[in-house]
Amino acid sequence: MTPGTTKPTGGGSVRTAPGPARARRFARGGRGAPLVLLIPALLGLTFLVLPLIGLLVKAPWSTMPSEVDGGTVWPALRLSLETATAATAASLVLGVPLAWLLARTEFPGRRFVRTLVTLPLVMPPVVGGVALLLVFGRDGLVGEWLNSAFGITLPFTTAGVVVAEAFVAMPFLVLSVEGALRGSDSRYEEAAATLGASRFTAFRRVTLPLVAPGIGAGAVLAWARALGEFGATITFAGDFPGTTQTMPLAVYLALENDPDAAIALSVVLLIVSVLVLVGLRGRWTGGAA
Amino acid sequence: MSTPAIQAPTEAVGVDAHLMVDRGEFSLDVELTARPGEVLALLGPNGAGKTTALRALAGLTPLTGGRLSLDGEVLEEPAARLRVPTEDRPVGVVFQDYLLFPHLSALDNVAFGLRTRGLRRAEARAEAAHWLERVGLADHAAARPRALSGGQAQRVALARALAPKPRLLLLDEPMAALDARTRLDVRAQLRRHLADFDAVAVLVTHDPLDAMVLADRLTVIEGGRVVQHGTPADIARHPRSDYVARLVGLNLYRGRADGPEVRLDAEGEGADAVLATAESHSGPVFAAFPPSAVTLHRERPDGSARNLWPVTVRGMELHGDQVRLDLAGTLPITADITPAAVAELGLAEGSEVWAAVKATAVHSYPA
Repeated sequence: MTPGTTKPTGGGSVRTAPGPARARRFARGGRGAPLVLLIPALLGLTFLVLPLIGLLVKAPWSTMPSEVDGGTVWPALRLSLETATAATAASLVLGVPLAWLLARTEFPGRRFVRTLVTLPLVMPPVVGGVALLLVFGRDGLVGEWLNSAFGITLPFTTAGVVVAEAFVAMPFLVLSVEGALRGSDSRYEEAAATLGASRFTAFRRVTLPLVAPGIGAGAVLAWARALGEFGATITFAGDFPGTTQTMPLAVYLALENDPDAAIALSVVLLIVSVLVLVGLRGRWTGGAA
Repeated sequence: MSTPAIQAPTEAVGVDAHLMVDRGEFSLDVELTARPGEVLALLGPNGAGKTTALRALAGLTPLTGGRLSLDGEVLEEPAARLRVPTEDRPVGVVFQDYLLFPHLSALDNVAFGLRTRGLRRAEARAEAAHWLERVGLADHAAARPRALSGGQAQRVALARALAPKPRLLLLDEPMAALDARTRLDVRAQLRRHLADFDAVAVLVTHDPLDAMVLADRLTVIEGGRVVQHGTPADIARHPRSDYVARLVGLNLYRGRADGPEVRLDAEGEGADAVLATAESHSGPVFAAFPPSAVTLHRERPDGSARNLWPVTVRGMELHGDQVRLDLAGTLPITADITPAAVAELGLAEGSEVWAAVKATAVHSYPA
């Protein structure tokens, strides 16, 4: 390196630059933001933020209180929050052990199982809803037995909404927790074993606390995904106000006959989700830092 | 100190192990024995298989052959499809980087192994507090591991391993993560705790000084095989290979320091001899110098060397391009000199010469 080139602690491109001329050209463009990257980055940001701004600009702020008081908003909002939280809880109870299994054990076909877990991520939610109907429907593989043995029917019930949301949201949690587990040092579990801890005790007292931030992040992702769930919910649970009509469903249906109500609902949903995410995020990052 | 190296255990106490781990590109095949109250050091270069042996003893790496028994109880024997899992072995481990649980306080780290063995939280904490006091960290009980210095973390790790009263204590390079200054203090403290420990301790290290100061017996491992075992003094004087000679080539003595002068403990050879050393200490110390620091003279030299003794050549062995001499006299000394010097001095077994060591070449360490 000749004197005058940027310090090697700068961008990687500078370190490998063959001569001072090239290094200088990079240096003039600011600390590592070439226009080729900067322009699409700003366009992308605009694309993501503009619809939100549009929503806030077009919102009928003057008539908002009456729109919100119309009777559909509060039941739908309450149902959305309750079902999303229940779906997240179900995802935690089932998803964390599943993530542990994928991250910490070796069994034949583990990679295949991992692919199966991620399938609901890429599958259109409507298809998921149809699949859920075929399994848990009145004549479905499991549904028929559930109905005859316990008298439980899931489709078109609030429990069905939770099932549909958990189906779509759990993969987010599993992947997030599995990543956290892979990133955490499994030798802490060995240390726990030398101190007499069974694998479950080690999981409960060492692994879980160590990956708590990852579990928190996964739960937030899953909750957000469940809150916005539409396709699987409407297919599997239908659209009955009070029992299965969640906020996204209410927004979509309101859009057909009362666009102002739809906008009002959307704004409420937007505000609630932002508030919840900011609140949780602050708590977790505050705890981790 | 120079008793024969290999002692077959007659009673079924302590560790009796034939550890075989076959991993294709690397295979470990070592036999280890150690009695209660004894500290055994596994010494060898990186990649020799020391840590694998330690992990096998702890049950963290399964044996592929051989047998491991502790106090007469078989812990693992693949041929008999027998394997006691790690959590059910009466074993404590101090890991190289300690692996203190970062989310627990020092106190709860030490209490962990007591809780898993059935103690109630309050009892476990009281017992853990007692252990922290023993390692001198009573006022750090509430500290998280990241707030502890390297030496403190090592002591918490030791307390955590000892608290459940293991019958086998394993230490993996317990000094490796410490800087040179802390090392001296920690080594001295560890020595005291090991002396108090009445079960078997196995220590893995690549540092011959750690091994010689801390261990009663050494097993030198190279390439997954035992090269030599015996007492530290025995191995230093009679290395069976060039590798071992280089590894443990240290003259090591115990004594009491008063400033730079160290009066050797009155016990056997070297009783009441005084060594001038490079450092100043007071109280019990180890003093050590390498065999290459010894110079030999036919007549009493006039120079400034303050460590000067008449000696008799007791044995000579060729190691690499050096001749290792076993010298008897005021104190037993191992010296390395060139074959040319041997010829020049006309040395043979029984020759009487003067041995000199500069004070600057003699280092002392608190014991």
